[in-house]
Amino acid sequence: MADDGDVAGLGKARATAFLAPALLLISVFLVFPALWTLYLGVTNFRLSGSAARNPKFVGLDNYINALSDDRFLNSLGLTIVFVFASAVVGQSVLGFSIAWTMTRVRKPVRAVVEFFVLLAWIIPSSVTTFLWYALLDRSNGTLNAMLSTGHMAWLLQYPLQSIIVFNTWVGTAFSMLLFSSALASVPPSQMESARMVGAGTWAQLRDVVFPHIRGHALTNTLLITLWTFNTFTPYLLTAGGPDDRSNILPIFIYRLALNDGALGQGAAISLIMIVINLVIATVYLRLLKERKS
Amino acid sequence: MGAVALTACGGSDSGASNANQNGDAKDVTLTITGNEISGGKNAAGADWITNYVIPKFEEAEKAKGVNAKVNFQPNGVDDEAYKTKISLDLSTGQGADVVAVDGIWLGEFADAGYIKPLNDVVGKDKVQQWDGWKQIKPAVQQVTTYDGNLYGVPDGTDGRVVYFNKKLFAQAGLPSDWQPKSWNDILDAARKLKSLQGVTPLQINAGTAMGEAATMQGFLPLLQGTGQSIYKDGKWQGDSQQVQDVLNFYSKVYGPEKLGDPLLQQDAKGRDKSFQEFSQNKLGILIESDYLWRSVINPKTGIDPMADRDSTVGWAKIPAESAGKGPNGAGFVSMSGGSAEVINPKTKYPQQAWELLQFMSSADAIKARIGSNPQISARDDVNAEILSSDPLLKFISTEVLPITAYRPALPDYTQVSAALQKATGEVASGKSAQDAGSGYEKALEGIVGGSDKISK
Repeated sequence: MADDGDVAGLGKARATAFLAPALLLISVFLVFPALWTLYLGVTNFRLSGSAARNPKFVGLDNYINALSDDRFLNSLGLTIVFVFASAVVGQSVLGFSIAWTMTRVRKPVRAVVEFFVLLAWIIPSSVTTFLWYALLDRSNGTLNAMLSTGHMAWLLQYPLQSIIVFNTWVGTAFSMLLFSSALASVPPSQMESARMVGAGTWAQLRDVVFPHIRGHALTNTLLITLWTFNTFTPYLLTAGGPDDRSNILPIFIYRLALNDGALGQGAAISLIMIVINLVIATVYLRLLKERKS
Repeated sequence: MGAVALTACGGSDSGASNANQNGDAKDVTLTITGNEISGGKNAAGADWITNYVIPKFEEAEKAKGVNAKVNFQPNGVDDEAYKTKISLDLSTGQGADVVAVDGIWLGEFADAGYIKPLNDVVGKDKVQQWDGWKQIKPAVQQVTTYDGNLYGVPDGTDGRVVYFNKKLFAQAGLPSDWQPKSWNDILDAARKLKSLQGVTPLQINAGTAMGEAATMQGFLPLLQGTGQSIYKDGKWQGDSQQVQDVLNFYSKVYGPEKLGDPLLQQDAKGRDKSFQEFSQNKLGILIESDYLWRSVINPKTGIDPMADRDSTVGWAKIPAESAGKGPNGAGFVSMSGGSAEVINPKTKYPQQAWELLQFMSSADAIKARIGSNPQISARDDVNAEILSSDPLLKFISTEVLPITAYRPALPDYTQVSAALQKATGEVASGKSAQDAGSGYEKALEGIVGGSDKISK
């Protein structure tokens, strides 16, 4: 049989029929909204008022305004710091450390630790943010009681740091799970040999473990970067405040589009965000490919 | 998002033609929504709907042979979040049939086509037939009037005063019948309160986290006290001397003297916390509307009940910047808003929704709502009967309402208000009044489109 790529022997018509539902769903829920966002982004559409009934075409004004707006640039900067600190560093490093430590403890201990880390991940975010709000609260917060720091307003004085720690706490479980299974794929014989020749922990990690799990690490970083870049949960803790000091992009867009009602502007910035997402994804995919070839 | 624009653009169908749709239906389902929830925000209002309006209305309809089912969608959130929710509901042609709104949102909603004049929704003759209109003063009807059209039924108005804690005042050697005559009198009292341990002397709302409360209880009454209004003769107030005076007052409150708590203005739950502090005798002076008295520190139904409210809490008129500096030489000022109920133009049962709204606005129903917890209603007959039993509300209706001012019911207002909130917040967290003022004017130009609509 000629290699026409039709391994399953379905034929074009049937293959199309199989794909159609998926394509339809993707069009309805992904392509159409994206195109609609593109359209809204060039209008002055608002949530209420006369611009809600008769939006006007404003060309690239929304994009120009966004790119020259201090609030947008501030928000972009905060987002980069937030993603880097809480995902790339926080979740990855913490997740790996826990996974690595858990390879060398007894099973019950491991089960208990994993249970609690997972709990942070699976409890609904509205609940966890409430717990964190209670922890960090200024008047009766648990943290202040533990550290005897009086009436320290953590969420107001260290808003960005607070949501970074929070997001690290929430998301570590995923990295931990992924690295756990990655570590399981490291051949024990190689670890054994390394230990036999007297390699220390750092040398084992660098020369035996990392070469095996680099692909996992990249995939993990890609996923958590995108998730963190798009996460809205910190809104429930700080609402982007005070004074926009934790106003990461998803929150900025929400506040702009729904609180201030500037849906057109919000759509324009959403599109900028989609582009940034695509860039991040492309870079990681490139890295992943290079590694394979 | 698609549906938003599609229905918004397709709003050309005239309401009048379907005002009578389902007019004689035997099975009717209606939904009421408001920013009130049992056990939380405006609990008394929510309980009234569940325990009075719904059973009584269903009963009355049953007597007419109509099987009516009325549902209630409660909310217990910040007003801004509630407004976003109902904007989205109305824009998609969804949402409750009878919707509670703040009077100041009418312009925006009407311009967007989310609500329609009552005459279009239920029919002009039906609107005029209601005998309740005679009891609602024309000034109060303004709450639901936009561009000369009536959009709903007003359900009350309010007024703002300076509240103070008499216990703390006594400790600081201040009189219990305090009535400041200038901004300096307020600052002087705050300085004395400053000597008390663990007490925040003064709370003047500022910042975007406070939302409209920063404008209505903060900036606007102060601006009014300089003799200036935010909107006059077709122009918005720019970064004028009067605006600077107000912002400078903010810097005196939140600046080096720390008469107020700047962090509270940035807190996402700052307003709720200011209520809590006030109810726990930790806050000396606070500008608020009668809402504080009725719904927050109310010993029976409040969110932060104060058992000794009647003896501990004092109130005074909000003074002008200095004696006689208010509009037309007035020494005291206030701001008022009004709430209302509108009918969703997309309701399936416009006639029955109108009947429900009339029922909710009848004297008996309003008395049932506010009988044990008085409030300034829209109806003269109810006010005459009920307000005399509550000293604060009597004070507001006799002393404050005559000198009060209303916000301009213009679609741009909410954006201007947001710009004012930002400016006050900036000053509260340490920016100079000058910088905040010029930032405000720049934002204002963007909102109203050019400097020819701005006066300085």
